[in-house]
Amino acid sequence: MADQNKWDWEIKEKKVPIGEWKEHFEWVEEPYASPDGEKVAAVVNIGEGEFNVCINGETWENPFEKIWYVRFSPDGRLTALVSDTGEWTVAVDGVPWENKFGYVWNTMFGPNGKNIAVAAQQDGEYCMVLNGEPWEEKFQNMTYFAMSQDGTKTAAAVQVEGFGEGEIHKFQQGCFTAAMDGQAWDNRFVNVWNMAISPDNTKLAAEVRVNLYDYTIAVNGVPWEKTFGCVWQPIFNPKSGSVIAPVRVSGKWTLAENGKFLWDGRFFQVWHQMFSPNGEKLAAIVAPKYGRWTVAVNGQPWTATFSDMVTDMVFSQDSSRIAALAKEGEQWKVVADGSVWSNVFDMAWKPAISSNNKYVAAKVEKKGKYTIAVNDRIWSKECEAAWDPIFNSNGDKILLRTVENGQYVRRVLPVTEITG
Amino acid sequence: MAEPAKKQEQEVKMTDEGLEVGASRLTEDKIEKVINQVLKAETGARLKTYVDTCVHCGLCSEACHFYMSNDKDPKWSPVGKVKQTIWEMINKKGKVTPEFIKRASEIASTECNLCRRCLQFCPFGIDIAYLIATVRRICHKLGVTPRYIQDTAHSHSVTMNQMWVKGDEWPDTLQWQEEEARGEFPGLRIPLEKEGADVMYSVIAPEPKFQAQLIYQAAAIMNVAGVDWTMPADMGWDNSDMAMFTGDNEIMGRVKRAHFETAARLRVKRIVMGECGHAFRSVYDTGNRWLGWSRPAIPIVHAIDFYYELLRDNKIPIKEKFKDPVTLHDPCNVIRGGGLMEKSRFVANALCETVVEMHPNREYNYCCAAGGGVINCGPPYKLKRVKGNRVKAEQLMDARARGAKVIISPCHNCHSGLKDIKNYYDIHMDIKFFGDIIYKIMEKPE
Repeated sequence: MADQNKWDWEIKEKKVPIGEWKEHFEWVEEPYASPDGEKVAAVVNIGEGEFNVCINGETWENPFEKIWYVRFSPDGRLTALVSDTGEWTVAVDGVPWENKFGYVWNTMFGPNGKNIAVAAQQDGEYCMVLNGEPWEEKFQNMTYFAMSQDGTKTAAAVQVEGFGEGEIHKFQQGCFTAAMDGQAWDNRFVNVWNMAISPDNTKLAAEVRVNLYDYTIAVNGVPWEKTFGCVWQPIFNPKSGSVIAPVRVSGKWTLAENGKFLWDGRFFQVWHQMFSPNGEKLAAIVAPKYGRWTVAVNGQPWTATFSDMVTDMVFSQDSSRIAALAKEGEQWKVVADGSVWSNVFDMAWKPAISSNNKYVAAKVEKKGKYTIAVNDRIWSKECEAAWDPIFNSNGDKILLRTVENGQYVRRVLPVTEITG
Repeated sequence: MAEPAKKQEQEVKMTDEGLEVGASRLTEDKIEKVINQVLKAETGARLKTYVDTCVHCGLCSEACHFYMSNDKDPKWSPVGKVKQTIWEMINKKGKVTPEFIKRASEIASTECNLCRRCLQFCPFGIDIAYLIATVRRICHKLGVTPRYIQDTAHSHSVTMNQMWVKGDEWPDTLQWQEEEARGEFPGLRIPLEKEGADVMYSVIAPEPKFQAQLIYQAAAIMNVAGVDWTMPADMGWDNSDMAMFTGDNEIMGRVKRAHFETAARLRVKRIVMGECGHAFRSVYDTGNRWLGWSRPAIPIVHAIDFYYELLRDNKIPIKEKFKDPVTLHDPCNVIRGGGLMEKSRFVANALCETVVEMHPNREYNYCCAAGGGVINCGPPYKLKRVKGNRVKAEQLMDARARGAKVIISPCHNCHSGLKDIKNYYDIHMDIKFFGDIIYKIMEKPE
């Protein structure tokens, strides 16, 4: 993560009049705010077939024929996918990478923002590109991209054997595998899907289908001995290095570790499993009953369950707390440690937990207006746009990034100003 | 009723590698084991109730277009197809031959559209489509599925879309359509990955592959109606699902998970889908339930429903109504499956000067014979499919005799199936989506 202690936590309010931008351009697309809140940017059209990025009122030096997927990296650099004369690349703070491609997409960032990766196609071949440098090896097709936790390695599911239209039996012999930094496994599979790279960057684990019916997890190309009716994305245990994945057995789901059942409980669904930062707790989103959703920690589901969806689960930094979002009908709810807020929303975004564990905050929307809620208390301002709130390292201040009356506002508040 | 002309075509028996090779690898032990596994582990009271309840009254027979179009030969009746497949498997406790499985797969995949018209006429409400889908599931587990639809299921498994559209081809196509449309609608956007939009618009893969004008038209309608919308740039954009029809439930679930989680990631309030019927069945009924969602995790709105809202609220200014008389085809999955029959008529009447009803209509409408994955089984079965829907041709000819010149079909598979029928029986009618008509008659910038 970028060092948030270096951010300005003192000045209460800074504004950028983004509403004025539309007077200077043909049109202005939706704005994006930097993580530290100091910058706000949007793609702007400056004439037929000519685009630029406006950042705090200034455009990049050079325009492009096409620009999309404007995103700030965690260290505050502004990236976009840009095209000129039919070639695509990534522009970082307005400077395009030297290497150009037939197409690029799916920007990914390492945690400190130093590493930026995209998927690329050139002359009908596919590879990952990290900081402008493509893999040496290219593939016929490539899906399910992954980046290591430190951002230095990239991986993907790749096609290593060709097959023609309708060649179903050749397909079923296995034409796919996984590759890390371009190095493909020797083993081939019918399918390879979501994958994860171990914290020490030595292992790659992926969901695989070994024939049309048997699913398992392959680690560095070697499938678990046991197969299952289905599996979902694996993760690595940060302490032991073991691999944990949801597996389906006799129509029910549970978690398995290195191919052996880890949880005793069986659920109608298990996915999005996640270790706490200290590696002591393992939580997952589960359906203990058909059509009822909740969070289970170390196999024990919360008592509260929800009808439609549970999503965006997050641990506190000290691993003691968990927050998530739940949806019932058209209502979105924030749930902290199994307790549901009384306020409900038309939409909610991923919760944040303060480092002192006192507060849970989330961006929320009601009747088309955006605001921030902390510990079930709703901030009084209704905004045209908002971004996820960020706590300072002490947990006593909160950084809010909003658009109000056509102005982008960076605001630092004591959390108590919202909670009362 | 007018009689459609018939082309005298020789039926050429084509082999299907999916069935032939698949069946050649089977042993009777394997068949017995798989049938009993599926029956025991994946079916329950529902199957038992259906099997025990049916009194062989045959009221389902005349509901079936295949039966009616094949001179009421009992082997084409819904109950006849059940007798030739799942009943035999149950009665013989799975002890059937590879040749039987090959024929059962062909019946289940190419002689039943899972359209559920027969369900409307069964006095006990037995869902024969469920029984036939169970046969497809068994055949999938045995590796005996028609080649072309199996290839499509493979495409779903790799790309999460049905036509092998690669990761770059999708956003590139949207950007190309956006650029084209800006010539007609200055400033138009197809907003990619716009988090927090009201609507995620989803389509089926044939649209970017060879019907990109439909994306253009949808963008034009969204633009004119002022809808806050987005389309995902990554997997999850395709709502279609042929794995549902091959019985590959695991791939069906994987594809639907990608769809709903993409909508959740984009924080949209609802998913609006294009004019596709089978995809509606998958996202509204079958795929979500396999994953444990008793209802769609993010609300699904079919194009018929969406156009109904836009027209009811006067969001689409109409220059003048469509003049040619139209008739309205009721696709099974959104009418029998989704109850959108009156909304469909509201939309048709709002857009067109004259709407000529087909008979029968609404939930009793005849199937197109393309749906349920049948058209996706490809050329080996095309002639059987169109000959097996003479009643549809008669229905269309009747509407034509009463003045209809255009068929509105708000479903992709129906569209393709009706086109084959009209060509085979020489029925001179045009076929359109609602979107085609809206785009044609709405007010556009000068």
